[in-house]
Amino acid sequence: MEKPKLIVDGKRLDGRGFEELRPIKIEVGVLKRADGSCYLEMGKNKIIAAVYGPREVHPRHLQDPSKAVIRYRYNMAPFSVEERKKPGPDRRSVEISKVSREALEPVIMKELFPRSGIDVFVEVLQADAGTRTACLNAASVALIDAGVMMKGIVTAVAVAKVDGQIVLDPMKEEDFYGEADMPVAFLIRNDQIESIALLQMDGRMTVEEVKKGIELAKKGAMEIYRMQREAVMKKYVKEEE
Amino acid sequence: MRKIVMPGDLIAKNPKVAGHGTYVEGGKVYAKYLGLLDKTDTSVRVIPLKGRYIPFPGDVVIGIVREVTANGWVVDIYSPYRAFLPISEYPENAIKNRKVNEILDIGDAIIAKVLNIDPKMKVTLTMKDRVCKPVRVGRVIAINPARVPRVIGKKGSMIKLLKSELGIQIVVGQNGLIWINGDRKKVSIAEEAIYIIEEEAHTEGLTDRITEFIKNKKGEDKNGEAKADS
Repeated sequence: MEKPKLIVDGKRLDGRGFEELRPIKIEVGVLKRADGSCYLEMGKNKIIAAVYGPREVHPRHLQDPSKAVIRYRYNMAPFSVEERKKPGPDRRSVEISKVSREALEPVIMKELFPRSGIDVFVEVLQADAGTRTACLNAASVALIDAGVMMKGIVTAVAVAKVDGQIVLDPMKEEDFYGEADMPVAFLIRNDQIESIALLQMDGRMTVEEVKKGIELAKKGAMEIYRMQREAVMKKYVKEEE
Repeated sequence: MRKIVMPGDLIAKNPKVAGHGTYVEGGKVYAKYLGLLDKTDTSVRVIPLKGRYIPFPGDVVIGIVREVTANGWVVDIYSPYRAFLPISEYPENAIKNRKVNEILDIGDAIIAKVLNIDPKMKVTLTMKDRVCKPVRVGRVIAINPARVPRVIGKKGSMIKLLKSELGIQIVVGQNGLIWINGDRKKVSIAEEAIYIIEEEAHTEGLTDRITEFIKNKKGEDKNGEAKADS
């Protein structure tokens, strides 16, 4: 198929500006049996996340006597994409699980729970580009909901280069036909970005473009961070009434 | 009303005041988990809204025996760690020459006390205490362990209220398991009341509402009985 024009009259295909996020909806505590859970919509992405633990680790040999082990499972439902995805872990989802786990590990205070484990499960129900970032956002809200001890909150967002322009939060067409995309996750503490927890890139960008992209991602992440907080607050304020 | 804080929120600038649920980095105090902020001039702490039970020496807990070994029992105390109750920590006079599995078997519930936790988080229990006993009668219910302090109330006010209003026995385990024993209808009322406390733990005027609730429920039951008699 031929590449469509991605930017028309200074607007993107779905009418967004270059620095605009897709609409986000976050719901906290949607699963009763999980210690913490979250349902998140980011544009057409639909993600559900569940957190269990700290709890006993099985099998036993995975236990670490000095700290908790964190397990992160990213999985796409077979019906999440247009062409049926073969169920089960594949190269892509194993990699995403690994990098996402590594993004969360420095944030969670693992030393406080030796020999235990924290399990994070994220399921992609519907995919529309930027699922790993949406999953991380959902996972960190679920972790807060579970009362897990953390240094801050992880918030992730992607930036992309389409038709030579750096844009925030690409959707499927931009991801597919664009020149490059770059998911970034930040550790945010007390309304301030402390460090980068994850950074990947697919495609090519110049140094200047990467710098510009990260600045753009920071802005987007702060917006998402506020929404994450609001979502958690809403759950408990509602209970109060 | 107390403010809700989230992990990483800056809650104080003096590291000396840091209490439970906080951590210090670079001379500043941050919240460690989601909870309600309790701030006074001398201390800052975060009261958790959710989370698993973390054992602490001296806590009364209710556990379920999961394994029987030659010298004791492995007990599930609904925390990230299994606990061990050695036979030497079972009251001697109650053993009476019985075998280990005849004293307590898999599935039995016990009220025990946390004796010790070693740095590897191996938890040891003891039953050599007045409140400790195997649970043979009554009902055990589970609630969110973060809400246990509200079920107990200030200096035990809530639990005293339940006990005196209903005339039943209650033991609250710090791990969120609660044993209730007594008249079946009254136990059911207590169970419902405890679930209400759990749901509305962080609201004001809870004690009054619970008193009201129990009065209503008791009234209903009496009416019901009167009807059944006539």
